Amino acid sequence: MTKDILTIGGLELTSRLFTGTGKYRDDSLIPGVCEASGSQVITVALRRVDLESGTGNVMDFIPRHMRLLPNTSGARTADEAVRIARLARAMGCGDWIKIEVISDNRYLLPDGYETAKATEILANEGFVVLPYINPDLYVARSLVDAGAAAVMPLGAPIGTNRGIRTREMVRILIEEIDLPIVVDAGIGRPSEACEAMEMGADACLVNTAIATADDPAMMARAFGRAVRAGREAFLSGPGARAGMAVASSPLTGFLDAGTAA
Amino acid sequence: MSFYATCTEWMNAGLDERLAAMTETDVRRALGASNPGPLDLLAMLSPAATPHLETMARKASGLTLRHFGRTIHLFTPLYLSNFCTNHCVYCGFNSNNRIPRSQLTMEQVEAEARAIAATGLKNLLILTGDCRAKAGPDYLRDCVAVLRRHFPSVCIEIYAMEEAEYAALAAEGVDGMTMFQETYDEKLYPSLHPRGPKSDFRFRLDAPERACRAGMRVVNIGALLGLSDWRHDAFLTGLHAAWLMERHPEADIATSLPRMRPHVGAYQPATVVSDRDLVQVLLALRIFRPRLGITISTREAPAFRENLLPLGVTRMSAGVSTAVGGHAKSDGDGESVGQFEISDGRSVDEMCAVLRKHGYQPVFKDWEPIFADRGAA
Amino acid sequence: MIVVVNGKETELRDGQTLLELLEARDIPADGVVAELNRSIVPGADFGKTVLNDGDHLEVLRFVGGG
Ligand code: SF4
Repeated sequence: MTKDILTIGGLELTSRLFTGTGKYRDDSLIPGVCEASGSQVITVALRRVDLESGTGNVMDFIPRHMRLLPNTSGARTADEAVRIARLARAMGCGDWIKIEVISDNRYLLPDGYETAKATEILANEGFVVLPYINPDLYVARSLVDAGAAAVMPLGAPIGTNRGIRTREMVRILIEEIDLPIVVDAGIGRPSEACEAMEMGADACLVNTAIATADDPAMMARAFGRAVRAGREAFLSGPGARAGMAVASSPLTGFLDAGTAA
Repeated sequence: MSFYATCTEWMNAGLDERLAAMTETDVRRALGASNPGPLDLLAMLSPAATPHLETMARKASGLTLRHFGRTIHLFTPLYLSNFCTNHCVYCGFNSNNRIPRSQLTMEQVEAEARAIAATGLKNLLILTGDCRAKAGPDYLRDCVAVLRRHFPSVCIEIYAMEEAEYAALAAEGVDGMTMFQETYDEKLYPSLHPRGPKSDFRFRLDAPERACRAGMRVVNIGALLGLSDWRHDAFLTGLHAAWLMERHPEADIATSLPRMRPHVGAYQPATVVSDRDLVQVLLALRIFRPRLGITISTREAPAFRENLLPLGVTRMSAGVSTAVGGHAKSDGDGESVGQFEISDGRSVDEMCAVLRKHGYQPVFKDWEPIFADRGAA
Repeated sequence: MIVVVNGKETELRDGQTLLELLEARDIPADGVVAELNRSIVPGADFGKTVLNDGDHLEVLRFVGGG
């Protein structure tokens, strides 16, 4: 079998699990998670430095081989997202960016319109743009036109850990959008990541569920395996659920009945 | 963009070998796929699928019900002109055939429109041969202007046009176009279409795409099954439909499944498409793209058409005449020759009664633009 | 002079450079990115970027995030 490669922004990935660096009780757990999960892409956020009290640097814990995916969390408009993205690139860690524009802090749902605007600007500036969206077909299409490198639909609102609640909508994106689909947010358990991959998603991003596990490394390994299992199930093509044997032929019996042709 | 690249790629991909290599497992996989791909369609069209038509029929029937309900859209064709400069070897209007040629005047168009509208039909499909000198775009526009007074929906099945010409007709109120590629076999095509504008394979192949871009709401494609290997042509029809659907989600893409019928010329089909074969094509296309409109014409016999109702058909013609101006019959012109012979000559009323008997609602009109002014933006 | 650093008015010595400001607070210059009056300052320029009264300075770095 040929190698199953996921290509985003020219980068060839063999792991389809993206991880994050948020919400760990101790950042020193991160290297173990990276290793156990096999993940090659990891998210970070950009924040103001606390000038009074120096704190540890998360970058010290991210293995060198990982592709950094900074997000624009905190951005409420396209302009702010663009500003954060440019600053993130100035850090000198590549030009990948996860666009996240949220102005409703009750539900933390992304603003598709602002996201599309930011995507277009940044794609034109050469960024590899991965926008985080509601699984909305029209928004996804506008992102394709805007030059996104992948689309990251949410499975459930951020932090709810409710699994793939948007199943049917994500399925439509998988069928209709010719970009990699990375299911982001909502995945609380490995079985849910597996389900997303079985449906044909190209990758999953899992942060909270790993970071907040009692044993993050073990959970990371479980997610890595679940994503692989789901992917293999998708590639192998599940058989028809109903058996092929049909005793009577109410619908096609006329073909045998010698009706006039 | 053109479907041509996809078309040639698959036509040269060893379709016969692939079809022969398909197994029951491939068919099973195709039937289980949530979003069937080209190879799934090929599996469902392969000989390996033939023993499983009932299983396919159950799936197709369920999908049709889910997406279209228990309704059948009715329309009727109106032949405006049978002048033709082409030499399609299988066609009764072929310019070699010595048949009386005629073209409706605006008064006759009006008379035909009244006669058809009196049956209750709202969707009219107008047809011409391929002769721009006689039935050019201006003539068509004049006809449409007359017909739109009687029919909310007028579709065209005429020679291949440029995008701007389609757009002009769309602005006049034409909302659908039908274009049969006849066969997707580019090597065979020239021998079937030796002379005339229609001999340009690519210009015809790209016509549905041009119509979509011009804003036609319904674009109907198809192959004349029997001209070439029907499995190849059915496969390419499905791919062509999927290609258009992907690029033009705003349009309704549909297909017709005509098969060769006897006609005035001496041409006989290369392959015989049996009832079973036609059913397989219908089922495979329905399962491949559940939202695809599918038309079964009056070339088919009444009993057979009725049997196809639950399997995936969504549109049917009724009250059909394939002769120029065959609806009003006021001038007592018995000379007119049809393009092909029809098997189902039932009137609109009869068809409606039959559909109701089978538990289907005949639909005359399923949409109408809200904005009367549809000039190009 | 007064410079707004990360949204907070901060009293700084006249003529202080961006690099000096970071070093005075033990912040490694290669771990941050700076935006002065809405323009990004390349890391290599930290040493020659002199701050002026009324400047708006943002100093950011990567933190954990999903
Ligand atoms: S099929 Fe059409 S183009 Fe060809 S000869 Fe007949 S009427 Fe003319």
